[in-house]
Amino acid sequence: MRPFDYTRAHAPADAVGAEARIIAGGTNLLDLMKLQVETPDRLIDINHVGLDRVERDGDGLRIGALVRNSDLAADPAVREGWPLLSKAILAGASAQIRNRATTGGNLMQRTRCYYFYDIDAPCNKREPGSGCGAIGGNNRQHAILGASDHCIATYPGDMAVAMSALDAVIEVEGPAGKREIRAADFHRLPGDTPQRDNELQSGEMILSVRLPAPLGGRQIYRKVRDRRSYAFALVSVAAVVVMEAGRMATARLAFGGVAHKPWRVPAAESLLTGQPPSPELFDRAADAVLAGARGQGHNDFKIPLLRRTLGAVLAEATQESK
Amino acid sequence: MDVTLTVNGAQHDLRLDDPRVSLLDALRQHLDLNGTKKGCDHGQCGACTVIVNGRRINSCLSLAVMHDGDEITTIEGIGTPDDLAPMQRAFIRHDGFQCGYCTPGQIVSATAMLEELRQGWPSQLSDDLKNPELTDEEIRERMSGNICRCSCYPNIVDAIRETAEGAA
Repeated sequence: MRPFDYTRAHAPADAVGAEARIIAGGTNLLDLMKLQVETPDRLIDINHVGLDRVERDGDGLRIGALVRNSDLAADPAVREGWPLLSKAILAGASAQIRNRATTGGNLMQRTRCYYFYDIDAPCNKREPGSGCGAIGGNNRQHAILGASDHCIATYPGDMAVAMSALDAVIEVEGPAGKREIRAADFHRLPGDTPQRDNELQSGEMILSVRLPAPLGGRQIYRKVRDRRSYAFALVSVAAVVVMEAGRMATARLAFGGVAHKPWRVPAAESLLTGQPPSPELFDRAADAVLAGARGQGHNDFKIPLLRRTLGAVLAEATQESK
Repeated sequence: MDVTLTVNGAQHDLRLDDPRVSLLDALRQHLDLNGTKKGCDHGQCGACTVIVNGRRINSCLSLAVMHDGDEITTIEGIGTPDDLAPMQRAFIRHDGFQCGYCTPGQIVSATAMLEELRQGWPSQLSDDLKNPELTDEEIRERMSGNICRCSCYPNIVDAIRETAEGAA
């Protein structure tokens, strides 16, 4: 690990605009610093700035950026009103990691692309202009949607996939003041600037995440991976389906493990909304989700895997009664 | 840089000349508490698990300077050779280890895990997220952050289940 200066923030204002890398749980950042993938000159520790509560916000919730993943997943209000979020968080990492990792830090976690992690390999995300080792290399875990000629990395998280489906809003503060970013718009596509994972600007800090009113219905987070616990998604599907009189009154979908961001396709949701469920319809929804999908070789299997996982999730979400 | 840690009930005032010292290295090298093990040093194996303010965490993925004022329990605080904790006795009775390297982390993790369960925390296997029960599958899921390369998992599960039933 490279040397760095360490300071402790006592209020969010100490960290907003600071010329320092923010550290919260540190479960991803310290791992990357040990490998010298990340080499910050200065760290500012925000573990003592507050922002560690889950609070009612009208019909919704406001989740502080420092709320630990385990506390958020176990929060009684979240379990009751937004079970999709609990399920997605519990599908990720290990209990030890979830006890330390924070809401804001989870959103800021970086890709697990092998080439990003290997400082001797080319990687446009780690070192812009150095090339992409994954294109034409080992790319089993990589993106099938929204990738570019510069980067085919995936966003690795689960929590943000649920937040995207739930229309969460991320509240951030920078030197110019506060602003809000929809969770679905927070992470970026790689394009020709894959070094930028998300829309956060220099000096900005995540303060909280707002969840709108509960949607009800069936909420499912299905994560397909190489082992059943403590592994990243090959494909994950977050779904909220509200049935009324045999039809899908609401259908929300978001996908993890397939792109540089949680993948949401409004066209697929519109196609399902107001319709009675059927395997044929689910297949058409999968067509809409997979529009433009492209395998890189080792990850070609993700295209049929996403189709089948979506079909299974929608079948479960729309069955009459359990 | 001064850091005060309360470890197994005893207060320690540490002077660290470098903020890079992990909580794990502070425990092992500055406080001579060698029971907590360094396995992967990347949060993947769980050998370094300690309890901080009531929560199990990977001590390798945390800086000591981030824990000023925290209360930490290591395997040395769970029990001693002369006064073993129930979880330690159960690991011995069920032969829940072979080489033993992962064992302190397994026992600290399992101890904290049972407390999480008592508080009703769900896991990804808890169907309704509300009333988790300690089935063998739940034990395996909740202990997935602790790897045993000798693969003593069946005996580890037995030891944890017996300890949980004994405490119930």
